[in-house]
Amino acid sequence: MSGSALLLQFLNGLAGANSLFLVAAGLSLIFGVSRIVNFAHGSLYMLGMYVAVWLAPATGFWAAVLLAALIVAATGALVEIGVLRRLYQAPELLQLLATFALVLIVRDFALWAWGPQDMLGPRAPGFGDAVFIAGAAFPRYDLLLIALGPLVFVLLHALLTRTRWGTLVRAATEDREMAAALGVNQRWLFTGIFGLGALLAGAGGALAVPREPASLAVDLAAISDAFVVVVVGGLGSVPGAFLAALVIGEVKAFCIGYGYSEITLAVEFIVMAVVLVLRPWGLLGKPLPAPRGAAAVEPPLGRIDRKAALALACLAALLAGLPLAGDEYTLVLATDILVFALFAVSLHFIMGPGGLASFGHAAYLGLGAYGAALLLLRAHAPTEAALALAPLLALGGAALCGWFAVRLAGVYLAMLTLAFAQIVWSIAFQWDSVTGGSNGLIGVWPAPWLASKSAYYYLALLVCGIGIALLWRALGAPLGYTLRAGRDAPLRADAIGIDVRRVQWIGFAIAGTFAGIAGALYAFSKGSISPETLSVPRSVDALVMVLLGGVQTLTGPAWGAVLFVWLQDELAREVEYWRAAIGAVVLALVLVFPRGLAGYLKERFAR
Amino acid sequence: MTALVVQGLTKSYGGVQALRGVSFSVSTGELVAIIGPNGAGKTTCFNLLNGQLAPDAGDITLDGRSLVGRAPRDIWRLGVGRTFQITATFGSMSVRENVQMALVSRERRLYAPFAAFPRLYAAEADALLERVGMLEQAARPCALLAYGDLKRVELAIALANRPRLLLMDEPTAGMASEERGALIALARALAKTDGIAVLFTEHDMEIVFGHADRVLVLHAGELIAVGAPEVVRVDARVQELYLGAP
Amino acid sequence: MALLEVRGLSAGYGRARVLFDVELELGAGEVVMLTGRNGAGKSTTLKAIMGLIAREGDLRFGATPLGRLEAFEIARLGLGYVPEDRRIFTALTVAENLQVGRRAPRPGLPAWDEARVFALFAPLAAMKERPGARMSGGEQKMLAIARTLMGNPRAVLLDEPSEGLAPLVVRQMAAALAELKRAGVSVLVCEQNAQFAARLADRAYVIERGTVRPA
Repeated sequence: MSGSALLLQFLNGLAGANSLFLVAAGLSLIFGVSRIVNFAHGSLYMLGMYVAVWLAPATGFWAAVLLAALIVAATGALVEIGVLRRLYQAPELLQLLATFALVLIVRDFALWAWGPQDMLGPRAPGFGDAVFIAGAAFPRYDLLLIALGPLVFVLLHALLTRTRWGTLVRAATEDREMAAALGVNQRWLFTGIFGLGALLAGAGGALAVPREPASLAVDLAAISDAFVVVVVGGLGSVPGAFLAALVIGEVKAFCIGYGYSEITLAVEFIVMAVVLVLRPWGLLGKPLPAPRGAAAVEPPLGRIDRKAALALACLAALLAGLPLAGDEYTLVLATDILVFALFAVSLHFIMGPGGLASFGHAAYLGLGAYGAALLLLRAHAPTEAALALAPLLALGGAALCGWFAVRLAGVYLAMLTLAFAQIVWSIAFQWDSVTGGSNGLIGVWPAPWLASKSAYYYLALLVCGIGIALLWRALGAPLGYTLRAGRDAPLRADAIGIDVRRVQWIGFAIAGTFAGIAGALYAFSKGSISPETLSVPRSVDALVMVLLGGVQTLTGPAWGAVLFVWLQDELAREVEYWRAAIGAVVLALVLVFPRGLAGYLKERFAR
Repeated sequence: MTALVVQGLTKSYGGVQALRGVSFSVSTGELVAIIGPNGAGKTTCFNLLNGQLAPDAGDITLDGRSLVGRAPRDIWRLGVGRTFQITATFGSMSVRENVQMALVSRERRLYAPFAAFPRLYAAEADALLERVGMLEQAARPCALLAYGDLKRVELAIALANRPRLLLMDEPTAGMASEERGALIALARALAKTDGIAVLFTEHDMEIVFGHADRVLVLHAGELIAVGAPEVVRVDARVQELYLGAP
Repeated sequence: MALLEVRGLSAGYGRARVLFDVELELGAGEVVMLTGRNGAGKSTTLKAIMGLIAREGDLRFGATPLGRLEAFEIARLGLGYVPEDRRIFTALTVAENLQVGRRAPRPGLPAWDEARVFALFAPLAAMKERPGARMSGGEQKMLAIARTLMGNPRAVLLDEPSEGLAPLVVRQMAAALAELKRAGVSVLVCEQNAQFAARLADRAYVIERGTVRPA
């Protein structure tokens, strides 16, 4: 690469850093004050894009940018007042889930309002042409963005350091409780900071319109980029977000410049992982203070006694009889249910007893599915071998991600696992020659002896049944108890000879492997596989299944999967915007039962 | 017989010297109390002994083996049991299972994927619970216990590995006054019968002067007095810096 | 009628009980000392009154029951709190720390502003722009009190004002406390160093094993 090309890539990176910074700064500010990681922040960015594209023909570009930012800011403030304000005392997991429900709702709203096609926006008047830098053409608009990033940073810095409001924000970021003891009303502070964060995200989206089309995939791409930026920069630090946005912007620009756009996310992930290991709180962040007050005590996990074992055996026998009674549609649905029951139980294994809530569990489902399809189509392996070996790919992925994951907790863990899943997704999505890109792989049909729906159903029943039984058994064995010990009281566990990270890593790898088994079964049952299998919404599906059934119950997650897959099947047939419907259901559950459905029932019946 | 020997223990963080050159020893069967105002270095000392922190200088040996540079889990295997200032038990497990967990760890079967946990070492766990007077409550979830009972469970867990040294960080904090004497008397009895060296921190002076064999007084990271309770109680510096005039 | 009235207060952390049935009151313009060995429950009492930890009992400030109020509402009623560990906002300068505490003046009470707190704590005046992280413990302690005064409180809960301070600073602190008393601010002060507050206090309580008795 020549010197001038290098310079251009460098400038390109700076321009890209602008929108990264705007999104990440908002996310970071919101987190700093409220301790909530707003998953929907990428959705606000996407909303900014769509609103700007939509308004521009009527109002002109610059007015559209301004209006889009204001509309998104108002949306953010309303979301805080209507939803998040009710959740500040709720467990972290439910907060994350609620903001994710918003992602689903916003995405379907955009689909309803603007349709599935990408929408190209106008160019900025006066900035539509190119300038020549070192003999090469460079978009004039990008120069504007390069200047805008530092300008916003300076303005934001001034707002935070020169105004009383900014002083209160910084005080609350450092010590919320002490600020309250001095009479600072946090409610309005929180609404304000959400509005400001949303304003920045909306502006970032609107300003990105001349560079890229508005599309429905922008939300998750933006949020996973923003996660990487805030983790690298340090949650809660605006200068950190600025620095990290520059770093990540350059990483992206140079990966693309050198023709390796496929590995951009992977490189980002490596940067993030290295930073997390060396400086767990980011480049300019500070360690989060430990939550004040006593930790939550988890209830005991259920046990399968003789009666329950008998009931489950009866159920298995009943299920074995299904092909005699059901039609093909029922059998396919039942196979799906079995596969997702195993998937949910595998997530529960590490999330409930292990205490590590993975927001990217679909990565391992997808690795299993792609592994099976690739073994069959590319290596021409027989069905049996493909099914048996594919989970090893999931094991590898889980061992890799898990090694980092067990060093983190809470929101950092959620962000890392989500970012990892997004990377696996983007590899599947972009590596056309191997994975078939966005179309995926077709013709993943099993060997003739498994070709009939009933034969395959029996296979799924057998494999999933055994898989679930093994996982449940392990939870009643020392392994499961050791996981719980590490979750309940890490200090105590360490003080009686338990290597907490090690047992969590083992648990993470086991969970990933069983998700991979489910994925391999899934690929052959569908006959095709697409990146959608390992997308982030799929990961969240699994979380919802587990939460529906109850995180701290043994068999609950399996029932949660049954309910969820059935509900999804019904909704997908009856309702056009079923993703939003699921989002609304999740939001309602979280708002009505902020301690979880199972927790509510338990409380109810304990009285 | 001397079990624990601490020599020249020094630790500073954030520019503050939390401990400077502290040396002492604890013998088998002996109950030693560490007292001193908040910030004197008591908890730092404990965290160094059990491996949660590494010292800047100095040595810690138990039965002649150095504990410095080892992780808490390894120090436990060498025979150091610990109870925490704010109780740390496994809340999702029953009382018996809490003790079984320690026994399973002692036998190095932590990762066994198929053995039925509830049956492992249940009899031995019950025997330990009987010693601390918690057998009747063995099947109750730890999350439902009274605070004083939790402290007893912690004691049983600490005993599971047949410790040579028992560290108790404010064992009676958070308990009603009538439970306090009973708990420390129990620890004392166990120390004498099993030959365990016991080191504990405590704010309740009735407990300290009523039950300890010896008392160490820390002030601003330094050991300012060591000796029998009746000697320490009348020490002029200790009265000036900590106890106040009698 | 007492300005602050505490009846049957119980509190703790998780299931660890620290306070059992604490009873105390603080009259208008009064300085009351709460003494006891460390670990006895002094700090917990103040936090419980302030609504910073879960508690049970009948608490009143003036005519207002505090039971259901959040900490910021209690602070706005005119009850100030100075924690033992100071909890200065370390990323903020002295002036900014004071700004966080600032509230509108209360009728009938002298109003505190920057000039007035600097007159009370002279060393702070010279370091207005210094970030909290770069202050000594004694300076932080002064700032913590000054910050609370900026809210024009009717009463202040003061936790261990002399702890860890050099004798000279302790004397300054005692002078400041006397000045507060002259200004008509009620103070409930926790103190291990009985000599420090005894000269200023109108009354004292002793807290032992989580229960309070008059001294």
